Amino acid sequence: MYTQALNTQDSAPVAKSDPQADSRFQARVDAEEKIEPNDAMPEAYRRTLTRQIAQHAHSEIVGMLPEGNWITRAPSLKRKAALLAKVQDEGGHGAYLYAAAETLGTSREQMEEQLLSGAAKYSSIFNYPTLTWADIGIVGWLVDGAAIMNQIPLCRCSYGPYARAMVRVCKEESFHQRQGYEIMIALCKGTPAQKQMAQEALNRWWWPVLMMFGPPDKDSLHTESAMRWKIKRFTNDELRQKFVDATVPQGHFLGLTFPDPALKFDTTTQHWNYGEIDWAEFKRVVAGDGPCNRQRMKQMRAKHTDNAWVREAANAYANKRRQRAAAMPIAAE
Amino acid sequence: MSDQSWPLWEVFIRTRNGLAHRHVGSVHAVDATMALHAARDTYTRRGEGLSVWVVPSASITASDPADKDMMFEPTASKIYRHPTFYEIPDEVGHM
Amino acid sequence: MTDTPLLQYTLRLADTALVLGHRLSEWVGHSPVIEEDLAFGNMGLDLIGQARSLYSYAGEIEGKGRDEDALAYLRDAPEYRNILLVEQPNGDFAATMVRQLLYAAFAHPYFEALARSKDATLAAIAAKAVKEMAYHLRHSAEWSIRLGDGTEESHQRTQASLDELWPYTAETFETDQVERALIEAGVAIDPASLRATWDKTLDHVLSEATLERPHDGYMQSGGRIGHHSEHLGHILSELQFLQRAYPGATW
Repeated sequence: MYTQALNTQDSAPVAKSDPQADSRFQARVDAEEKIEPNDAMPEAYRRTLTRQIAQHAHSEIVGMLPEGNWITRAPSLKRKAALLAKVQDEGGHGAYLYAAAETLGTSREQMEEQLLSGAAKYSSIFNYPTLTWADIGIVGWLVDGAAIMNQIPLCRCSYGPYARAMVRVCKEESFHQRQGYEIMIALCKGTPAQKQMAQEALNRWWWPVLMMFGPPDKDSLHTESAMRWKIKRFTNDELRQKFVDATVPQGHFLGLTFPDPALKFDTTTQHWNYGEIDWAEFKRVVAGDGPCNRQRMKQMRAKHTDNAWVREAANAYANKRRQRAAAMPIAAE
Repeated sequence: MSDQSWPLWEVFIRTRNGLAHRHVGSVHAVDATMALHAARDTYTRRGEGLSVWVVPSASITASDPADKDMMFEPTASKIYRHPTFYEIPDEVGHM
Repeated sequence: MTDTPLLQYTLRLADTALVLGHRLSEWVGHSPVIEEDLAFGNMGLDLIGQARSLYSYAGEIEGKGRDEDALAYLRDAPEYRNILLVEQPNGDFAATMVRQLLYAAFAHPYFEALARSKDATLAAIAAKAVKEMAYHLRHSAEWSIRLGDGTEESHQRTQASLDELWPYTAETFETDQVERALIEAGVAIDPASLRATWDKTLDHVLSEATLERPHDGYMQSGGRIGHHSEHLGHILSELQFLQRAYPGATW
């Protein structure tokens, strides 16, 4: 999902690279050898990966907020349990991903600090609000659907810990999209008001979901090196097309209309053509002016600040216990 | 900030009896008990675990990838350690 | 009002589990560390799972075709039968952990005993719940100790939560007409018989946590006959919103 980091400019000074070491590294990558934590790697590779994995992790964590918004209001106990389990999974995925990024030498705390300061980004999609229950269906069906498109190739990413985390994530994620689609089926088979709720949610989310794949290839800054390093296996546009092709028939099965008059099946290419994406909106949301950017960051900061005393207390307790344990043999003598 | 950070622990899980514990990832925790709980809550949400080990990441001594040739190359030439090195006539059957 | 004792008793257990599960689910995404988001998720799911089994059974006992959702989503606060402790607001992390400790220290031995109930369904539900509550007890006890014996601030917060929640701890040990007959029939558990166990658990944890056991003053009660605190109404207004706003819809 959250490969948008690959499309942002890295402003840090370029580290000196050793051409010989770099070509040895590239040969390993070309041979589909996995790169492991302590292996030699170009500084730019380490940085790109750290940024991408961290953004991916942040997205999972921030993504808990819009969905968590409906846990207490889920319309049945079955839906409540499923949503709670799903949001909890997102937290788990964030944890796996932070762990993978930590193997590259940046601590989780550092990454969290970068998120809170605004230096690190998360997926633009989570800056949109979940206004009705249908949004929970849409997030599962479309947002997780888009995420899976992106994450399956990441299971073959050149960096071992990231690839392994993605295998775990993908395995767990498979229920998420089905959970969302099942919500949509119930709404579309329900009362006219429910059907309208579903349509209205699709109208709001469709374009932002297409933006999740990042800018078009012609404007994407990092695609080339990310592909060469086998961090990324498909371009933004390729994944977006794959997603549209897979999703449009699912939407039609529900009896929903996509908010794109240009959406049309091309019988020669066997692909669904779609209309122009409003990239100005994408840029605006990434830059901080989406409907919920401020709210999300405020929630993240509040969680961090309001609970700082808990993290301190746990540390203080552990230190006390260690000191007591150390003092014990002396007392016994 | 950094004085608040919790140490990292590596998590190993035995999914079934008869299998070895396998590395699955890491958690942050202030002590072993908390690390065990965190590992349970993070890595066994789908009944994947029968037994969990947590080890402070700092306690692991790893071989240096730079020493890879010295450490692991020399065994590559000792092909006589492998059963396929020896020729046994087919008539003898499986051995 | 003509509910049989078994139905009322089952609903008391169900409502208590649901309300506490709902409270814990409020934390997910807002915890001090991700690992605790996951722990709250697991504990919340345990409780919601217990509630679902109990509501289904209550629906069966009632025999009027009400399912788990009809019982959870279409009864108003005065019809809810949970104990007051579990509807108290989450407050800070210490308040939630202390509330969980106070409840789990009771629920764990309670379900252990209920697993031997003459009612096979309740016994089966309890047998599953006892393992879950063992973990809740362990987890909340450890956090209570950590926070109680952590920093000055965490100690104060934890002690304050304990003092505030203490008046809600006696209700769990009460019995009334409804339960007495069931206790005699070997179906329900006499909670008073668990008081010593609860005291022992609490005293142990509180002493490890360097917390002071509050004085037993006036004790609040009434949840089991539908006399709640103001908090429950707000829980239900969220929990039941969609079912109330779109009557008869299937989700």
